[in-house]
Amino acid sequence: MMEKMIFGRFLPGDSPIHKLDPRSKLIFVFAFIVIVFLANNVVTYAMLLTFTLLIVLVSRIRLYFLINGLKPVLFLMVFTFLIHIFMTKGGAEVFHWKSITIYEDGIRQGIFISTRFLVLVFMTSILTLTTSPISITDGIEVLLNPLKKIKVPVHELALMMSISLRFIPTLMDETDKIMKAQMARGSDLSSGPIGERIKAVVPLLVPLFVSAFKRAEDLATAMEVRGYRGGEGRTRYRQLKWDMSDTFALVLLAVMAIILFYYRG
Amino acid sequence: MSEILSLHQVTFSYTPEVAESRNAVDDVNFAIQEGEWIAIVGHNGSGKSTIAKLMNGLLFPQQGEVRILGKPLNEDNLWQSRSQMGMVFQNPDNQFVGATVQDDVAFALENNGIPFEEMVTRVHQALAQVNMSDFMNHEPHHLSGGQKQRVAIAGALALKPKLLILDEATSMLDPQGRMEVLQTVQALRAEIGLTVISITHDLEEAMLANRVLFMNDGKKFAEGLPSEIFSLGDKLVELGLDLPFAWKLSKLLQQEGVPLLGQHITEEELVNDLWTSNFNK
Repeated sequence: MMEKMIFGRFLPGDSPIHKLDPRSKLIFVFAFIVIVFLANNVVTYAMLLTFTLLIVLVSRIRLYFLINGLKPVLFLMVFTFLIHIFMTKGGAEVFHWKSITIYEDGIRQGIFISTRFLVLVFMTSILTLTTSPISITDGIEVLLNPLKKIKVPVHELALMMSISLRFIPTLMDETDKIMKAQMARGSDLSSGPIGERIKAVVPLLVPLFVSAFKRAEDLATAMEVRGYRGGEGRTRYRQLKWDMSDTFALVLLAVMAIILFYYRG
Repeated sequence: MSEILSLHQVTFSYTPEVAESRNAVDDVNFAIQEGEWIAIVGHNGSGKSTIAKLMNGLLFPQQGEVRILGKPLNEDNLWQSRSQMGMVFQNPDNQFVGATVQDDVAFALENNGIPFEEMVTRVHQALAQVNMSDFMNHEPHHLSGGQKQRVAIAGALALKPKLLILDEATSMLDPQGRMEVLQTVQALRAEIGLTVISITHDLEEAMLANRVLFMNDGKKFAEGLPSEIFSLGDKLVELGLDLPFAWKLSKLLQQEGVPLLGQHITEEELVNDLWTSNFNK
């Protein structure tokens, strides 16, 4: 179950979006998050939505996965939509019943905000669905490289991230094993009042931590023996390649931003 | 033949400040020549893993010295020396650094600043040598223990080391994984004449070596050909080692009056002797 949560995210493929450099995708998504806030009327929101759907089409990701990604924020979307419907006043009255009045502006604002959520979630989901976690780590490392000048340990952070990613499945297996071992000894993890269940987690966490520390120590020894001594003088096996298509994607986004700026109310 | 590695009167204690504490390694001497396969055997706590750590500078001895290619190992040539020896540890999971097989093989190359083009050829070559080329892009949790250990060997080979140290590298594997790993090591010895030190408590693995060092309580208890070490017989069992199955079976059969000739270390020897045993009557 947990494996699905984390690893169901990356869908290998060979669409043009999959082939983009992780750096350009990261820049694209962050810039897009800013650009979304430029939209403020029907035309601009319609443009944003079309733009997003076009990208979904190009990425060849089934809508099912994107809608799945929407689930955690669905409550927030519905909630803000309702708040806007009932609270925003202005424009013509659409509906009136006792003390409840719904205005045209409220409906419009509600739809706008929901659309904003939708495009943001779709865009970020496309990033994680088309880029492997390790590529994202590589991209972040290279993009943050300038921060080395102000002594941010960029290489170390990236290495920590990639080792964590590497050990997630290993520790999951371990948790599973410990869980079964404790169940075999009669511990009940899945029923009873919430307080009891939280207490039942302790005999899971303690052995997990002990083994994680043991693993960390072994790994450190293995790394040292294999000549690891920090980022200094290291070469990279994973090469990132910036293509024409990466430049094109960013230019496209810039054009989109200019158009949005022009048409916004 | 030239000397690859040697220990000269090496003594090491984890608690040197406690006067009455026992030394983990006590006045050990030996030398390993190019192309040899040495097995260091001993029960738990006999000092064999400490020797492994002394050999690659994870620990430094309080007395004596470790020489790599004739030069004493010290802080200055530590990293240079480490790039000359590959090491494979016990737990297959805890030494896998990279996200995929090829990333892991490249790890030591990256650390040593090898240029990208050279890395690609070396990674391919190393994976071909351990017969794992088809698994290039696999993630570690989709590999068996034996496959992970072969990747670890490839990671060591990529640096073109003079020496491969196996520190209990097969002890966590199932019989098939153990065979895969040992066959890989044998093939490598035949192919590139690699010098191998295997630290083990598995005497069947020790049988494959040219020479066996038998450690007990931090001291070198015996040294010799595998057959010489095995002829110590019950002494080995007393000191906490498990004799090879073929050996035990042959002994029991002889006790039951089956006319067998001498002692047998491998299953093959025993089988060959068994089916001709009737002629010996």
